[in-house]
Amino acid sequence: MTRIQDILEERILVLDGAMGTMLQRYKFTEEDFRGERFKDWQHPLQGNNDLLSLTQPEAIAEVHRKYFAAGADIVETNTFSGTTIAMADYHMEDLVYELNYESARIAKMVADEFTEKEPNKPRFVAGSIGPTNKTASMSPDVNDPGFRAVSFDELRIAYKQQVEALLDGGSDILLVETIFDTLNAKAALFAIEEVKEERKIDPPIMVSGTITDASGRTLSGQTAEAFLISISHIPILSVGFNCALGANQLVPHLEVLSSKTNHAVSAHPNAGLPNAFGEYDETPEQMAEQIKEYVEKGLVNIVGGCCGTTPEHITAIANLISKYDPRSMMVEN
Amino acid sequence: MSNEKRFLRLSGLEPLVVTPDTNFINVGERTNVAGSRKFLRLIKEEKFEEALDVAREQVEGGAQIIDINMDDGLIDGKEAMVKFLNLVIAEPDIARVPIMIDSSKWEIIEAGLQVVQGKSVVNSISLKEGKEEFLHHAKLIKRYGAAVIVMAFDEVGQADTYDRRIEICKRSYDILVNEVNFAPEDIIFDLNIFPVATGMDEHKLNAIDFIEATRWVRENLPHANVSGGVSNVSFSFRGNNPVREAMHSVFLYHAIKAGMNMGIVNPSMLEVYDDIPKDLLEMVEDVILNRRDDATERLLDFADSVVGKAKESKVDLSWREEPLQDRITRALVKGIDQYILEDVEEARQASDKPIEVIEGHLMIGMNVVGDLFGSGKMFLPQVVKSARVMKKAVAYLLPYIEEEKLKNPQVGDDKGNGKILMATVKGDVHDIGKNIVSVVLACNNYEIVDLGVMVPPEKIIETAIKENVDIIGLSGLITPSLDEMVHLAKEMERKSFKVPLLIGGATTSKAHTAVKIDPQYSNAVVHVNDASRAVTVVGDLLQKETSGTYKNTIKEDYNVFREKFLNRSQHKEYKSLETARKNKFQIDWEQSEIVKPKKLGIQVIEDIDMEALLPFIDWTPFFRSWELHGRYPDILKDKVVGEQATELFADAQNMLKEVLANKKLSGKGIFGLFPANTLSNDDDIEVEVEGEQFIFRTLRQQLQRRQGVPDYALADFIAPKSSGREDYMGCFCVTTGFGTEEIAEKYRKDLDDYNSIMIKALSDRLAEAFAEYLHEKVRTEYWGYASDENLDNEALIEEKYKGIRPAPGYPACPDHLEKLTIWDALKVEERIGVKLTDSLAMLPASSVSGYYFGNAESRYFGLGKIKEDQVRDFAKRKNIDYEYAAKWLAPNIADN
Repeated sequence: MTRIQDILEERILVLDGAMGTMLQRYKFTEEDFRGERFKDWQHPLQGNNDLLSLTQPEAIAEVHRKYFAAGADIVETNTFSGTTIAMADYHMEDLVYELNYESARIAKMVADEFTEKEPNKPRFVAGSIGPTNKTASMSPDVNDPGFRAVSFDELRIAYKQQVEALLDGGSDILLVETIFDTLNAKAALFAIEEVKEERKIDPPIMVSGTITDASGRTLSGQTAEAFLISISHIPILSVGFNCALGANQLVPHLEVLSSKTNHAVSAHPNAGLPNAFGEYDETPEQMAEQIKEYVEKGLVNIVGGCCGTTPEHITAIANLISKYDPRSMMVEN
Repeated sequence: MSNEKRFLRLSGLEPLVVTPDTNFINVGERTNVAGSRKFLRLIKEEKFEEALDVAREQVEGGAQIIDINMDDGLIDGKEAMVKFLNLVIAEPDIARVPIMIDSSKWEIIEAGLQVVQGKSVVNSISLKEGKEEFLHHAKLIKRYGAAVIVMAFDEVGQADTYDRRIEICKRSYDILVNEVNFAPEDIIFDLNIFPVATGMDEHKLNAIDFIEATRWVRENLPHANVSGGVSNVSFSFRGNNPVREAMHSVFLYHAIKAGMNMGIVNPSMLEVYDDIPKDLLEMVEDVILNRRDDATERLLDFADSVVGKAKESKVDLSWREEPLQDRITRALVKGIDQYILEDVEEARQASDKPIEVIEGHLMIGMNVVGDLFGSGKMFLPQVVKSARVMKKAVAYLLPYIEEEKLKNPQVGDDKGNGKILMATVKGDVHDIGKNIVSVVLACNNYEIVDLGVMVPPEKIIETAIKENVDIIGLSGLITPSLDEMVHLAKEMERKSFKVPLLIGGATTSKAHTAVKIDPQYSNAVVHVNDASRAVTVVGDLLQKETSGTYKNTIKEDYNVFREKFLNRSQHKEYKSLETARKNKFQIDWEQSEIVKPKKLGIQVIEDIDMEALLPFIDWTPFFRSWELHGRYPDILKDKVVGEQATELFADAQNMLKEVLANKKLSGKGIFGLFPANTLSNDDDIEVEVEGEQFIFRTLRQQLQRRQGVPDYALADFIAPKSSGREDYMGCFCVTTGFGTEEIAEKYRKDLDDYNSIMIKALSDRLAEAFAEYLHEKVRTEYWGYASDENLDNEALIEEKYKGIRPAPGYPACPDHLEKLTIWDALKVEERIGVKLTDSLAMLPASSVSGYYFGNAESRYFGLGKIKEDQVRDFAKRKNIDYEYAAKWLAPNIADN
């Protein structure tokens, strides 16, 4: 199979869109989430999207299939919350390995179907590694700023387990994403380095932070460049931003990354900012129009969608970017 | 990736990119407990809010990186580092700059790396402990995403010449870049800035060597950076800021031109290069660049003219015109006893009762002393001098107070703030620390019942009851004393004592107190190793309203500490003695050079010429015993304690001169060099002394460590019998303690604790100097294996010599029992009169004993903890009971 690094020299790659938004369309009930296997689980499970890889694997495969068909080169595994730390909400810590393994396996199976049909356009699976629901460098208690709800080592161990399962299940890439606290991401990268060393492998790693609001900083307070510097100590495939903002609000931050890194730059913004009902209502055309600025300015190498995006958005993006050259990865800075 | 500019990039919340345009990155170092007394105090007192202000001020003042260091014996460095960093990170106005995580302990560095999200700098690593450790740490630093300061330091020592600097930097760089794949731009070399114009020829090149080495690094080690602490260069001009500021500017001007791009500089101690007067500039450049032979002299002469008038020293007696209370306070604060009696008499006449002078005038003054000491503005030697004045004043008043009592018998005994029993435990003879704490407590109006040294537990218990004391304080220096303390705690529990127990002394620790002593006694037990803390602790313990809460807090604190400690120690793994022996340190006995001593057998030195010992004195521990921390001679010029250290040093020199001139102290020594071979059990050494066989039992490391690191025992340095080669070893005992106790006692009778403590501290130094002196003689003459050696005192202190002289009771052989073997073999007591106490402390206290190993590969190491299997084996080899062996080795036996 062609190396993704080589393809990136030739064209802009397309990442998939939202998994959650697609799953909402199925209107799964508590029973659907539980399936046969977890019908007697002690705790409510509705909303545990990662679990659907075990209880509704066909739906997951179908979403992946739609994104590949829409033009995505890379799909993300359904594992955003696949750590013992995030799964504690559902008391499903013991299922973490299986959840990640199965999710990766399903995505890889679908990717292989497409690669076989179109060998000239190989498809990739990115194992999605979310931020967990705890922060290592911020206190959840305003009255005790020195307190931390989770330690580096706890995160490292949890991430390591997720990484191993994602790789075992067949992920081609590891994607550390939606980073709102850089220290969490550093623990994930530390875990990845450990696995790389132990297994003597070198999978491509994508890193994607989240600029939370108009302040232009991550939730933990870093500017785009400080974030970039903080995660540049290990070899990565790409660095970028996703979530929280719509495509046009990301432009200034992508400009920073684009001018300061020799790695590929990625972006998978939301479909605009949520409206009064908490819904994302930017149309595929509107979003593609904004992403045009990315490609005209030569800011990105990988682009896709986050919250509120659908296969239609991805089609619009894929059609747009096919006319543009990728960003040059040689930077004079 | 080819044309990415390889600049050092760091981050806090904001980026810091070190480019040729950034010129010079200034690192703030006020958040360093080793460099800032204020910060140390704030951390010790857990005043983290104020400590944050220190960090904030630095950032506001322009520091582009803040260095954070928590290395202090009395702080749990790891905990303090994590706590402080967590708080810093919550303050966006501080956390915007990158952090420099500064520690000599890897565990502290790693703990720090685990709590910062930005790209920090680790300060520092070096090849000091060898390549393997260096590699290991570098790899982890890279993985945590930090840059690193590499000290120009290797297995041999600190680089102090141009050649050594570039040799070490090149080697460090190659390892980092080629073997760890460390980004070269993330390497920052600290090339060691040393003072110039010290008057010593070998220091003349210090600045120029640094500058040239900087140039070399920047030209030959692509992308690497250079840093350093600039103020060191001008140490010899302490007190003369115009010259120092000029020196800093000149040094920086040239160092930056050569490529130094980062460092620690106090911005207020910097003159603008162009504003330096021409004549001064020329002379400073002569010194920094070593341009002429008489550069130092010329600058010294000139320096006098710069501040000459201000330094005129005339005794200023204007304070004698001030009001009475001010005079008394001043006498106490400054430790001036010249006028105290007339002032006290004046106060007595003005008061209704003589006791009021103590409770009023004197206590007001002592409270000022206490406050200044507590806030780090006065230092221990000054406080002890204050106490001397106080004692004289009180002694003068006592007869009047007695008289008053006869007149008014109903007036009760005044107990002051409380009564404290102090004792050095049974078997131990060391009392400098105990005396210091006693004096400082007495200054704070506590009545001290001092039972002296080698106090049996029965006597402590009996006196405590009879005197109805409020607190018992125990001290000890050698490890068997720890057991004595545990024993006493049990006794106090058995006798239903309620008073708090204070524990102090060099071998005691919070860990031992929490784990071994505290559980034995249901009332408060507090570890106090610092005179200034003793005052607060005693105050809190005796504060009637709140002492209950305080005691509970202490108890709870020790509980938590104990649990943490025990949990932690469980993580350590040990190997069996058998496995450790298989992994012993291997010397190639076929090749290894064995030098036969020029003269075998025992020799006695009846009366050493004490003058000859003076050059061998290591002064650093002397200052430490007065709680002044820093390395001699730098300490004399230290920003914080320099003035005090200089004064103390002058007093010490005067006393030394006097006791040596009048031959008040005498020193004796004995040593022997014998044929020796290690026995087949690998751990025992057989020596032949005057036709008789003696066996020295050595102990072997068992802690599971990294692959490839041998498990040392001293026996590894002696050829085994099976090699067929005759090897040699030696042992010795020296003392300079005959006469010390008498002199100290005389001072104490004169109410002069300052000099009483001084003579003991000096006597200890002389004994150590004697040991160093004799070792050199042994190396170069008596044994003669290093006859061509030529080392200065500094090199000796750094143990650069060949061969070692480990002492029983110290890290390589913590077992005191082997002293008995030395005593038997050399007949130490019969021949020079040094005795061993029940706890195997040497008497007189100012004595040193130990072994000599001459093999070039012998080295100092720390035994660490050992396991039960070795204790059993040791007991069997020595033919003693297991329980007896376990008791003596207790501090070194692993808990799990």
